[in-house]
Amino acid sequence: MTAQVVTITSGKGGVGKTTAVANLAVALASNGSKVVCIDGDIGLRNLDVILGLENRIVYDIVDVIEGRCRLKQAMIRDKKLPDLYLIPAAQTRDKNAVSPSDMNRLIKDLRADYDFVLIDSPAGIERGFRNAIAAADRVLVVTNPEISAVRDADRVIGILEAEEKGPAALIINRLNPILVKKHDMLSAEDVLDLLAVELLGIVPEDENVIIGSNRGAPVAYDTKSKAGQAFRNIARRLKGETVPFLDLDSQGSLWERLQRLAGRK
Amino acid sequence: MNETNSLIQIKGLRDGLLVSLDDAPWEEQRSALILQVDSQPDFFKGARLALDVASQVLHVNELVELRDQLSERSISLWAVISESPTTEKTAQLLGLATRISKPRPEESRQFSVENLGEDPALFLNRTLRSGTRIEFAGHVVVLGDVNPGAEIVAEGNVIIWGRLRGMVHAGSKGNKKAVICALDLSPMRLRIAEEISAMLKPQEHPGPEIARINEDGKLQAEFWSPG
Repeated sequence: MTAQVVTITSGKGGVGKTTAVANLAVALASNGSKVVCIDGDIGLRNLDVILGLENRIVYDIVDVIEGRCRLKQAMIRDKKLPDLYLIPAAQTRDKNAVSPSDMNRLIKDLRADYDFVLIDSPAGIERGFRNAIAAADRVLVVTNPEISAVRDADRVIGILEAEEKGPAALIINRLNPILVKKHDMLSAEDVLDLLAVELLGIVPEDENVIIGSNRGAPVAYDTKSKAGQAFRNIARRLKGETVPFLDLDSQGSLWERLQRLAGRK
Repeated sequence: MNETNSLIQIKGLRDGLLVSLDDAPWEEQRSALILQVDSQPDFFKGARLALDVASQVLHVNELVELRDQLSERSISLWAVISESPTTEKTAQLLGLATRISKPRPEESRQFSVENLGEDPALFLNRTLRSGTRIEFAGHVVVLGDVNPGAEIVAEGNVIIWGRLRGMVHAGSKGNKKAVICALDLSPMRLRIAEEISAMLKPQEHPGPEIARINEDGKLQAEFWSPG
């Protein structure tokens, strides 16, 4: 098997990249895939905390790159899922500790043994972002239905297009259907109107996400959470399945419009 | 001093370095540059580098590779100057400057846009995303939208067959007769020559509009009507 290397980025900070990586990793690994996730946010690491693995860190990605340990020694196996591994970021270094060629070398060694390598990109468009996209086969852009997040996402998509990193796919995170209906929040269509990329999924606002973060148990495990269901659906779409969008709104016409938008190139 | 260094001339600029490369195959130019940098790492570390590649044609992957290699050596590449339109376009796509403050002496691309008649135009068959900056000594035509955060600076007219939501400066060298047209004129900012737009009222029913400097010298937008 050769792994699909997927980088999750956004431009704007705080929109839900790390949450998306953790939940997609859990959803994919629960669905029969072998997954490694890599925290690309050197100096401000969070993926370990969201997965509940922070107490198990002995070595990190910079230790691997600087040769202080072997790759396998830095890989932390998930508590519940035997096919899910994490390579944590270093907390006491910064983004300059890693270069795009380091990332390419590291990921080359992972490709043969896994189905998916998920890379959590830091916010921004500088060195950390460049490191995160260097080895990507595919880039997912996470945004919120909020004007500054969408502006930043547009910038990032422009950079990805200019650098010929293949077509980006979009995850709209923290959509609140009630606010959308009251016209107090951008709709998914408003966002897609500006960004004009393939829609991979919409994750609704859900307080269970924060509860899960604080417990180190991603919401994708929670069968009752709508956000969890959305992440599970996105994972299936990543594997090539066609999955209808969740009915976040009782109006059937919205669901149909999103179906059409999802098919738009 | 080995032979490869003869390909490279280095000059200090006010705020960084200008490296000029003599004509040669790109691989030779690139390795000569990296060799030069590696032989004097402290001199180059932390430098802002403008690169003059003369007539070399560079594509996205080549320029990205070079920028990454320089960045690994703590050198920030901020401008790529060349005679090749392809290279200039590549540089612009990657957000690099294509001009430094002192114009190169051979540069004589001054042509008059006084008449705004049959002059060269840059045709862009795509939407300009946020962060894109297009600078052109002529007219600019865009078949697509200009998103908020995108900028066009043209010495001539700017025609947008799409939604203008970004920033446009037409007649940038002082031509007051320049116009800006868009199917949906909702810009962040408009400039024609020296005039800057006041708040253009957002339209309830957007339609094709043309913005120009009127008889009172003010920037004004009006709906398109034939004739």
